[in-house]
Amino acid sequence: MIKVKINGQEQSWDGDPDLPLLWFLRDEAGLTGTKFGCGQALCGSCTVIVDKEAVRSCITSINDVAGREVTTIEGLHPNGDHPVQKAWRQVNVPQCGFCQAGQIMQAAALLMDNPKPSHDQIREAMSGNICRCGCYQRIENAVHLASTGV
Amino acid sequence: MNFIDNPGKLRGFEKHVKIEKVSRRSILKGLGITGGFVLAAPVMTRQAFAYETGAGKMPHGVVVDPRVFVSVAPDGIVTIVGHRSEMGTGVRTSLPLIVAEEMEADWSRVKVQQAHGDEVKFGNQDTDGSRSTRHYLLPMRQIGASARTMLEQAAAKRWGVPATEVKAVNHEVVHSASGRKLGFGELAADAAKESVPAIEGLKLKDAKDFRYLTKGQIGIVDLHDITTGKARYGADVRLPGMKYAVIARPPVTGGKLVSFDPDAALKVPGVEKVMKVQGWPWPSKFQPLGGVAVIARNTGAAIKGRNALKLVWDDGANAKYDSVAFRKELEEASRKPGLVVRQEGDADAALKGADKVIVGEYYIPHLAHVSMEPPVAVADVKGDKAEIWAPVQSPGGTRDDVAKTLGIPEGNVTVNVTLLGGGFGRKSKCDFALEAALLSKELGTPVKVQWTREDDIRNGFLHTVSAERIEAGLDKSGKVIAWRHRSVAPSIASTFAAGTVHQAPFEVGMGLADMPFEIANISCENPEAAAHTRIGWFRSVSNIPRAFAVQSMVGEIAQATGRDQKDMLLELIGSPRIVKPNVKDLWNYGEPQDSYPIDTARLRKVVELVAEKGQWGRQVPKGHGLGIAVHRSFVSYIATIVEVAVDDKGKLTVPRVDTAIDCGTYVNPERIASQIEGAAIMGLSLAKYGEISFKDGKVQQKNFDDFQVVRIDESPVVTNVYIVPPGPDTPPSGVGEPGVPPFAPALINAIFAATGKRIRSLPIGKQLEA
Repeated sequence: MIKVKINGQEQSWDGDPDLPLLWFLRDEAGLTGTKFGCGQALCGSCTVIVDKEAVRSCITSINDVAGREVTTIEGLHPNGDHPVQKAWRQVNVPQCGFCQAGQIMQAAALLMDNPKPSHDQIREAMSGNICRCGCYQRIENAVHLASTGV
Repeated sequence: MNFIDNPGKLRGFEKHVKIEKVSRRSILKGLGITGGFVLAAPVMTRQAFAYETGAGKMPHGVVVDPRVFVSVAPDGIVTIVGHRSEMGTGVRTSLPLIVAEEMEADWSRVKVQQAHGDEVKFGNQDTDGSRSTRHYLLPMRQIGASARTMLEQAAAKRWGVPATEVKAVNHEVVHSASGRKLGFGELAADAAKESVPAIEGLKLKDAKDFRYLTKGQIGIVDLHDITTGKARYGADVRLPGMKYAVIARPPVTGGKLVSFDPDAALKVPGVEKVMKVQGWPWPSKFQPLGGVAVIARNTGAAIKGRNALKLVWDDGANAKYDSVAFRKELEEASRKPGLVVRQEGDADAALKGADKVIVGEYYIPHLAHVSMEPPVAVADVKGDKAEIWAPVQSPGGTRDDVAKTLGIPEGNVTVNVTLLGGGFGRKSKCDFALEAALLSKELGTPVKVQWTREDDIRNGFLHTVSAERIEAGLDKSGKVIAWRHRSVAPSIASTFAAGTVHQAPFEVGMGLADMPFEIANISCENPEAAAHTRIGWFRSVSNIPRAFAVQSMVGEIAQATGRDQKDMLLELIGSPRIVKPNVKDLWNYGEPQDSYPIDTARLRKVVELVAEKGQWGRQVPKGHGLGIAVHRSFVSYIATIVEVAVDDKGKLTVPRVDTAIDCGTYVNPERIASQIEGAAIMGLSLAKYGEISFKDGKVQQKNFDDFQVVRIDESPVVTNVYIVPPGPDTPPSGVGEPGVPPFAPALINAIFAATGKRIRSLPIGKQLEA
């Protein structure tokens, strides 16, 4: 039996320990905010925060996070008012929106590590997250805004 | 208009707008609210518009009926139906916003409800071809004005005053003479008894009174849900008892399953079943390719199970498809005469007599859409009834295809449209929904079919591969007197009919036969090319290779004659006029030529505007260059300037992009800007990296490592967008697609300016490193 804390709630799993965390979250726990985009840690759509670090849940097994704390987009802030989420809405970032949960989680992790990133640091930190709609300019602006006070 | 430098001015976007989710039952419930509108007018289609569009000629035309699109509840909540698919353009916000504007509804008291697939009820729903605003601006205004008029009539009767004395203002009807007011909710029941006013007599609001339209101050209705993970895409649908399926499909288009061994897959924990999926012979429009499905309790187990399958395929007739060899075929075909699709003057003779002939041969390979949400669908088939939840661009077409595939009446199929995690034309083809329907029928349970990224890249409907050859003949003064353009590419029509070797009229009309330059001798030709894989629409379609070729050639002529690119471009466009190419039934994006002519005054205007705002000719640092391109597509006019920087190792970056768009009358300039910003990224992606290639009939790429797209660290530092203010009667035109075509040639022209290297084959890849 694997035990993991997700968004503050204890969850358990007694199936395949190699099951990627992504599919545990989406299909077993019903937390569909975390998205599947590539399955190979190439696009960042599945980004969640484990303890204080952004990880790609598509290549992280449920066993790898046993006993650790996982935060998904649903748990980032109770009302959706994390500074990154607020900044995202002010800058009107999304087009289709599918990659945005992963982008927001990556940005939230960046700001935990570096509260005042430069534009180059934002670009570097966010470069693992693909947006096919091409919202990058606004993503960069939104992360900057979140870091300077929303 | 520039939203970029000052995101602060976009503040205050959030509105408390709730979106109803997408079941047919909830829609019926929503529209049946007691006291809501139950209007008694006939369903009006094919209205006489102030300007004519092609909307009435689309399947099922246009429905202008407030009973279908609007309801007002006694508590004042106004529900407006969005009947097009939301894939990132903002259409689910902008069309209901038009209705709200005209009916004087307060947007904070509006709910948007997604329509299910039913084109008889809602009119055409095929969200494709950059058509939504173009076809629905006026009908949505008429729907809103009808509703407003009925509310006003109801209030006037209640007060016993002439209807001319009352006026709807911000969710109330006001009688200013007496100071009386009634809210929309209080009037809902009475308004429902009013007859629907005749369309011809409707008074539309004066543009100066707009609160929402053209302002760009309303955020998309899904904004809050997207940022909190609550927005529901196709992949997010979960039903009780639902199974998860992943399918192994033939690796070569037209291939067939010979045998399979399910044993190892069945040993994977969580895998419940392995079963064959029915396939159709190629080509068969959007029917499934067939293969073997692994059914499991979650997607992860299904993927692991599929990896363990042992499969034997018969690769069939396309087993030798090889992109290197095929490119040679296309290029050889482009050097010989082909089917003439446009002829004016005598291009052969003029080329022979020319003082100088410039020849450009251009190549663009297949591209994959790679929307961030790979294809996915949920189906629940019980007996002769089917319910689908899917991110489809054409819910009406999906309903039709599901009914045909299952052999049940169309009325027994419900297609619920989720949000689309990107579309770009891929989700116009509903094969993934058909797969889910077939599997659910056989399993007797709801099932979700999830495509992996590898499936998406290897089994999609690719953008065509194209060789474009242009010969330009110049006289002694450097004036272009002859133009011959040969375009060779497998057609999208090949996905519908075997043996197709020529471009369909709609492809011929995308930048080949509609070429707008003022040249005396023109020949546009289309030599034959057969398809060896599934070809489909990709954002802006054939305009990508045509704009790349034509606008690169403008740069080449400027280069050969020592002229400025922009001056050369304006000289070729020539005098302000309506271009009438000598082409029988020239395809004009389905629009009438009268409302949507090829207008070189507008083409010139976007070039001049972008040159002014984008500071064409400005001094740029060493290693930088400016390039310009213009292209009319989807009846809009777009010009782009790209500033590129190429370092001494050949690495390119894009410090700045400027784009001017004339899309006629528009609704939401803020979403137009976002579409154009995104189009620059898509244009840069295809120019730098975009290539799907085949060997032994199989796609050689698999995921984002070998089919790369641009990431944030290489995206343009700034993209400025300038929107041409429309004339008073300029009809609306496309926005979603037309930003893409001019980007690559503007970039390529900029690279020439920076380095003296002329790129004629995309992607750029390592060509600058040499």
